[in-house]
Amino acid sequence: HGPYQPHEPGYGLYQPGYSPYDDQIPDPESRMLAIQNAKAYLLKSSTTSGLNLYDHLANMLTKILDEQPTNAVDIIENISKDVKCAQFRKKMDTLRDEHEILPTTEAAEVRKALFLKTNAEGDEELEEEIGETPLPNVMETAFYFEQAGIGLSKDESYHIFLALKKLISAQPIQTCRFWGKILGLEMNYIIAEVQFQEGEEEEETEEEEVIEEGEKEMDEFEDTDEEKEKDEPPKSTYKPPPVIPKEENGTGANKYVYFVCNEPGKPWVKLPPVTPAQIVCARKIKKFFTGRLDAPIVSFPPFPGNEAKDEEEEGGRDTYEENPDFQPPSVAEMVDSLSLWVHHSQSILPQGRCVWFNPSQKSEEEEEDEEEEKSEEADKPQQEVGPSLLTPLSEDEEIENLPAWTARLSTDLIPEHAVAILQSNRWPGAYTFASGRKFENIYFGWGHKYSLENHSPELPPPVQAEYPSGPEITETSDPTLEEELAFKAAQEEALAASEEEEEEEEDAEDDEEEDD
Amino acid sequence: SLNCVEWSLLPPATKEMVVLAGKLKGRFQGDPSFEYDYTEINAEDAERLLEDGKEPIIKEETRLVATIEQIDSAVGIVPRGAFVKTPLGSVHENRNFEGLSLMEAKKLSSYFHFTEPVNLKNKTLLEKADLDPSVDFLDSLEHDIPQGSWTVQLEKGGTVVVLRSLLWLGLTFYHVPVTKQYGYVYFGTGEKNLDLPFML
Repeated sequence: HGPYQPHEPGYGLYQPGYSPYDDQIPDPESRMLAIQNAKAYLLKSSTTSGLNLYDHLANMLTKILDEQPTNAVDIIENISKDVKCAQFRKKMDTLRDEHEILPTTEAAEVRKALFLKTNAEGDEELEEEIGETPLPNVMETAFYFEQAGIGLSKDESYHIFLALKKLISAQPIQTCRFWGKILGLEMNYIIAEVQFQEGEEEEETEEEEVIEEGEKEMDEFEDTDEEKEKDEPPKSTYKPPPVIPKEENGTGANKYVYFVCNEPGKPWVKLPPVTPAQIVCARKIKKFFTGRLDAPIVSFPPFPGNEAKDEEEEGGRDTYEENPDFQPPSVAEMVDSLSLWVHHSQSILPQGRCVWFNPSQKSEEEEEDEEEEKSEEADKPQQEVGPSLLTPLSEDEEIENLPAWTARLSTDLIPEHAVAILQSNRWPGAYTFASGRKFENIYFGWGHKYSLENHSPELPPPVQAEYPSGPEITETSDPTLEEELAFKAAQEEALAASEEEEEEEEDAEDDEEEDD
Repeated sequence: SLNCVEWSLLPPATKEMVVLAGKLKGRFQGDPSFEYDYTEINAEDAERLLEDGKEPIIKEETRLVATIEQIDSAVGIVPRGAFVKTPLGSVHENRNFEGLSLMEAKKLSSYFHFTEPVNLKNKTLLEKADLDPSVDFLDSLEHDIPQGSWTVQLEKGGTVVVLRSLLWLGLTFYHVPVTKQYGYVYFGTGEKNLDLPFML
């Protein structure tokens, strides 16, 4: 036997000089060769981990000598494992770190969708429709407003532009307009005012009818149930004010449909049509928008619906205060007034009178409806006559010495290319510009009306008086046992007394009969 | 300035001016020499002034100056770390300010009012231990009353953080995280929003 070969078990266990076969040690040359072979073997790298035994042993011994733990021989396996682990960690450093996904990139992904063209089928249709696209030219509008010092950054305007385009391709829309942006606490709203093509809104109304029918059926069931009950508690005489039916889609305050999104690139959400009750209520409260459509509005008076409806109401009102009418004035008129404008540029502005901006104030009509008299026949609310459709701005109600609108030119230096700008004082944030034949409205702001006086919320109604307590409903204390017994005894006495009387009478009668 | 070409210097604000102007309500007129009738507001004060020999009117430029002072002191903010205080007590710009990180920029506590601190002394000892006296020597926005009177939003895909004040509607503060850029501007009607508690 020579020194054990490496592949044989027990290879490393025998130290040279202690081996039982020392007397058979081969000559030094072969020993050197054997040592070299052994070292070469130790240096061979493992195929799985890339380590080699030689280095590992060297590291292990170095570590042991450095740290000099007690009972090293007992924990040698752990030491070996630790050294191996240390090796592995170093290997991991060469891997690339996983990049954090910044919110920036997430936002960019969302907007990327805007920039992608829709499917190829759309291209053919586009060619046909290029003549009459409902898409408004947001960039042009933004340019004019920029002259006035109002607007969003170019980036954002362009993103909104693309988002509107996407909206149009998704929904059947006849006219579309960028209404503006309402700032909110957590997020902002970007609002598009839209008119559907005719015939597209029927789906919604059908759903509503179904809902109404469902409710009616429920009512019938309830009625029958009530009839079966007997001894109903007294019915309250409180009748809630009759619910004013909301206007049909496409008319009045619901003329336009509004779409809302938080950021360009996010999906557009359609706002539900508004009811007059909500308009009335929304006037009384003054709250900030949070930016989440489904946030309930906690306020008094209790606001039916949630933020989405408040949005809708805001949009409806605001537009009607400033939107030019739906039958656009004839071109001749506009040219005339433009010429008037140009010549009297100095005098018209202080007057604050621009004949060709005609807000329609239909919304005020509808809101007066709640003042109808309560009569059983009042199924249809009496319509108060509000200001007619095309009233000039100068007749707008003033707010305590402030004109309702402020007008100015964008620049005094180049009056030929100046743009006329109107700022609303009633709704701070509403702007209108006009230049030549172009005009446009927009709103940027918090969505609140302006009032000089501080807002005082409606007080809750006085506590309702209790039913006046009279003798018929006051409880009387039940008679006690003694009283009852006494009463009973008294009754028996009375009964006995009356019986005796009867007997006496009978006796008397008998006597009388006998006498006869 | 009314047209960005001709500028006129406004007098600095005094405390009495601020107090007087705080009682005026309504929009500004746009004419610095417009005179407000002070008699409407407080008859007693007006009588007192008359006795002193002064007339009870306030010029609009006074009101303007006072409003600017109010806005600056109430809602003028800077990010944490932009200004440092030396041990001697003087405050100056921090040239090493590299901007807030994205996470810090979203928190209200990383912004300070740029005025004499009011609430600093009221903090508990524990909180004070965490503060760095060279940097945290101003009131933070966290404890503003009413709570929620600031909105924090990320714009432009998260590259700009914008704070808007709800107490003075129109005050906007911007900061680009991880850079030195920050600032605030005011565009508005110059009226304090006293309805704030109802609106939140």
